[in-house]
Amino acid sequence: MSETILSVRGLSARIAGQQVVEDVSFDVPDRGVTALLGRNGVGKTSTVKAILGLIERQGTVEFGGERIDKEPTFTIVQRGVGYVPEDREVFSGLTVAENLRLAERGGAVHRERVAALFPDLEARASQLAGTLSGGQQQMVSLARALLNENRLLLVDEPTKGLAPLIVADVAAALAAAAKLAPILLVEQNLQVVRQLASTVVVLEGGRVIHTGSAQALLDDSDLVTSLLGVHGAKSEADS
Amino acid sequence: MSTIVLLLITGLGLGALYFLVASGLSLIYGLMGILNFAHGSFLTLGAFAGWELARRMGGDSWVTLFASMAAGAAVGAIVAAATEFLLIRRLYNRHIEQVLVTVGLALASVALFDGIWGTDPIYVTGPAWFAETTEILGARVPNDRFVLIAVAVLVLIAMVLFLRLTRYGLIIRAGVENRAMVTALGIDVRKAFTLVFAIGGAAAGLGGVLASHYFGYVSPQLGGSLLIFAFIVTVIGGLGSLTGAAVASVVVAVLQQFANYYLGGTGDLVVVLLLAVVLLVRPSGLVGRLA
Ligand SMILES: Nc1ncnc2c1ncn2[C@@H]1O[C@H](COP(=O)(O)OP(=O)(O)OP(=O)(O)O)[C@@H](O)[C@H]1O
Ligand SMILES: [Mg+2]
Repeated sequence: MSETILSVRGLSARIAGQQVVEDVSFDVPDRGVTALLGRNGVGKTSTVKAILGLIERQGTVEFGGERIDKEPTFTIVQRGVGYVPEDREVFSGLTVAENLRLAERGGAVHRERVAALFPDLEARASQLAGTLSGGQQQMVSLARALLNENRLLLVDEPTKGLAPLIVADVAAALAAAAKLAPILLVEQNLQVVRQLASTVVVLEGGRVIHTGSAQALLDDSDLVTSLLGVHGAKSEADS
Repeated sequence: MSTIVLLLITGLGLGALYFLVASGLSLIYGLMGILNFAHGSFLTLGAFAGWELARRMGGDSWVTLFASMAAGAAVGAIVAAATEFLLIRRLYNRHIEQVLVTVGLALASVALFDGIWGTDPIYVTGPAWFAETTEILGARVPNDRFVLIAVAVLVLIAMVLFLRLTRYGLIIRAGVENRAMVTALGIDVRKAFTLVFAIGGAAAGLGGVLASHYFGYVSPQLGGSLLIFAFIVTVIGGLGSLTGAAVASVVVAVLQQFANYYLGGTGDLVVVLLLAVVLLVRPSGLVGRLA
């Protein structure tokens, strides 16, 4: 068993008076990919945002053994957290190069690593990010997180709305990123989960309803159906 | 012809003043979502600071003029930054309260200026050249207009270069679009808030000194009267847009001058009508957000 990089205990959060995260507890080990799963609207994105302090939260969050649940977002990130938000959130009025430059936090900046992973971005350096395709925007969003030296990546639905070929690219980029830092990955595509994740945390109605090995869950199609409301990904993964 | 030229250049001069106020309003709103009602106070204070310095330096020389402009800009920047740091920041993300604080500050500061400098206008003179006119296509144009226009253009260029070329400019442009994501990249966006207030305050303070020469006097009401039109300009140009503010400043001021002359003093009415039309047809403003 490896060490824990992120430990979440009794985390709760509200948005607009509604309880969206309720007493959530789980650990993210300091290597590999931990998948945060659940049906639509169960609070996956809210959990990630609560960890980052992007929404108001209660509870305990320890990162590398230190409390971060009272800190503002920017200092949490400066501790070494890379964030790839749902829906990419690139700055559409800024060029690709400006988006990347803005993300450089100082300290070691790995421009060559990012250029090697996403060669397309270099060619599009002066294009406005708002005019990129969805897949290209996702590359910018991933590149922003991978530029810096991070101890944890929070990646929210990186394959959402992408064509199968691009999904494979994104998965490959994540596999490369996972060698550098542990990842907490929100993902609906179970094939990608099977390919990348070792551990899973499943949410339902803002609460954790299952934690365990990714393979054990994905191999049990009844469990997948009952927890995620979809049919198992086994046949997909085999094809 | 000469009347048209005179109205046009006077309109451009007035537009320059509007821009110096509206540019800061627009940047502050764009980044922070706050309508800063205290912005007129920065202008008035800048005007009084410039006048106090000019009075002490004596002589209506160019050196005095430029020194008073620098003093107005510096005082505007410092007071604006202090306002953000001491008042606005404590109400982080409470926009109604933030706006109420700026309203209160605007009202209180006028009373304070009344107490210090009195309610009567104080007449201001600039370099002798200001009192003269230059003939352009038969129109005798008061010289101070040219200084106003030149300064506003320089301020616009400086702001654009700052936003394009510096890291803080990058942070501000990104923050106007998506403030939360800027913090999620590990950036303390509050520093950009203070900076935007300081830049807006400097432009307003500079505008105050120039306004005192354009109108020929300083008074505690100076800022408030310009602020109303600056707000209109900011909305017409698109909240958060610098180039929008520049274009709208010129459009509003020139229109105002022409309507006042040709339509029997209806300049203010025409401007309000223009605002209504823009809000109906293009609610996001002429240029829309950003840039
Ligand atoms: N800004 C908001 N205002 C009101 N309710 C919100 C807001 N954001 C999220 N919610 C609600 O919070 C709950 C959890 O949303 P969240 O985005 O965390 O779910 P999710 O698991 O990420 O869903 P998805 O798989 O669709 O991305 C949902 O019921 C959603 O409607
Ligand atoms: Mg989500």
